[in-house]
Amino acid sequence: MPNKTFFWFFLPTGLAMILFIGLPIISTGIQSFYAQHDQVVKEVKKCDPFGCTVSIVVDQEKTSKIRDEKPLGKFNGFGTYIDRNHLAVDEIGKFWNETNSFGEFVDQVTNLPFYKALIFTLTYCLFVTPNVLLLGFIIALSLNAVTRRIRGPLIFGTILPMIVTPLVGSLVLFWMIDAEGIIGANLQMLMDDPYLSLKSSKTLTWITIIIYGIWHHSPFAFVVFYAALQTVPQEPVEAAIIDGASRWQRVRHIVLPHIYPVVTFVALISLMDNFRVFEPIIGFSAEGSAQSLSWLIYDNLVNEEVILFGSAAATSMMTIVGIAILLAPVLIRTWKEFRTAR
Amino acid sequence: MEYGLDKRSNALKIFNTTFIIVWLLVACFPFIWTFWGSFKVRADFFSRADWWYAITAFNTLLETGGKFTTNAYSQAWTEGEFWKASRNTVIVTFFVVTISLFLGTLGAYALSRSTRNYAFWILIAALIFRAMPHITLVSGYLFPFFQLQIWGILPTTIVVLVAINQPFTLWLLYSFFKTVPKELDESALIDGCSYFQAFRHIIMPVMWPGVITAGLFSLMLAYNDFTVTALLLNQENHTMVPKIQSYLGTNQHEGNLMWAVSAVVSATAPLFMLVMFFQRQVISGLTAGAVKG
Repeated sequence: MPNKTFFWFFLPTGLAMILFIGLPIISTGIQSFYAQHDQVVKEVKKCDPFGCTVSIVVDQEKTSKIRDEKPLGKFNGFGTYIDRNHLAVDEIGKFWNETNSFGEFVDQVTNLPFYKALIFTLTYCLFVTPNVLLLGFIIALSLNAVTRRIRGPLIFGTILPMIVTPLVGSLVLFWMIDAEGIIGANLQMLMDDPYLSLKSSKTLTWITIIIYGIWHHSPFAFVVFYAALQTVPQEPVEAAIIDGASRWQRVRHIVLPHIYPVVTFVALISLMDNFRVFEPIIGFSAEGSAQSLSWLIYDNLVNEEVILFGSAAATSMMTIVGIAILLAPVLIRTWKEFRTAR
Repeated sequence: MEYGLDKRSNALKIFNTTFIIVWLLVACFPFIWTFWGSFKVRADFFSRADWWYAITAFNTLLETGGKFTTNAYSQAWTEGEFWKASRNTVIVTFFVVTISLFLGTLGAYALSRSTRNYAFWILIAALIFRAMPHITLVSGYLFPFFQLQIWGILPTTIVVLVAINQPFTLWLLYSFFKTVPKELDESALIDGCSYFQAFRHIIMPVMWPGVITAGLFSLMLAYNDFTVTALLLNQENHTMVPKIQSYLGTNQHEGNLMWAVSAVVSATAPLFMLVMFFQRQVISGLTAGAVKG
């Protein structure tokens, strides 16, 4: 296709992506270097028959004037990045000097909002992604062994957790697991602990969200693996059966190598999606004990008094860096393949 | 794998069946339970005393005189203004699907027929864009949108959702267009068609399965979106998912949690119907990128 024709065909979608994905990233970058204005204060002298008092009040007029003149806020350089709510450079230095043991130091650092969120996000990715691959693969293998006639409805049932939006999915589970729900209430009876509830324990909350993540993402892995299983060639499998290979050996040495490229694809997509975990935290109302990077950004953006654009943008930029690190191996590999192909 | 030589043992068969049944229970029971509970009063579905009430409908009988009640639905749809939210969802979904299919088919066709290097790089860029968490993009939108005074209205959200959706649509349709033989449009070009005419009259008619799949995924994205709609729309224009969240926030009101339950059922039911009808397309879409590319 000639360049000119390509240009006109691609223009609309290209423009949409540049304007609403490319530019926002740049806009986020710029915003992260600014912070909201301080309020302008003035001294007010108030006199009554008993004398005069001086009080300090916020000068609403001047404050809003400055805000109108420079809506982006004041230039802050990397100030937002290193403040207490983000990388917390000063605090970490202080902890390093003040704490006695390394464990205590780690404890202090992981209590800082950004690191807390980072650790939750990474833990979530670390536990959900491998389990999603495993569970998806097992479901695919066992559904593949079922008679073809009844597979349709079974597949429909299997993919339900995936097609609902994460907020709805987590709510539906939350209503069962909560202390007043069917599972929660029964667990309380079983454990004989009337105070056992999701919200009371940080570990329980984390486990619940991770289980939710596996429940929500496994169907995707299943669908892809199931389709890949249909393309496994029959001859090597039959040959292996004749040679006396066990079922496990067949899966290990024939099926797995065949669907290996698909496994990396699912792992990558699942990792990307898990890294942005955010809606389940709202669905499970778990803000108290589990915060993710995306949730931090959301929290800044729905701040009641003044929207913390700078703070949200700084967290966003660091999230993007995180995504870039996750994607780097894949991109490098693709690039190498592309170069050798040429 | 039903191989002629492959005789599986009974133990394995039993294990397999049990596993599938357990998994299906795990996957479907929460939805069935919520559907059942949405016809009860709050004291039954969220029972402090005894969860068995949810089945016997003890409080529902006391409060409404029947074993099932549709109060939660009628209140959520009228008083809770869920009708407005669902109307907004219909508007947003319709336009997002139409526009993203229009842009996506044009772009993906060009990508699939170009042999240049830049087509490869565009696809890689789309992959990177696909990986961006939506919330980071939203944090980029909010400030400029406030300044331009286009925050809160439906058209802005529609355009944003279309753009966010493009990377995935492009990849999906690209892999579908690749399966349409090049000779088809090349012969049309030799016959004197322009590229656009070949695209319009030769390629599109054979592309319907791909277009339906891509449309379904755009629909699911627009219908299910929370991040963008919750932050870019004002209260008046909220779609269903942020509306459900707003019911949660006001727990004081006795009815509100049940509003959320009934709203969840109302929002999920059409989606399930749709997927039931188009299951084949959904699955082919999910696997297109993986197996072929």
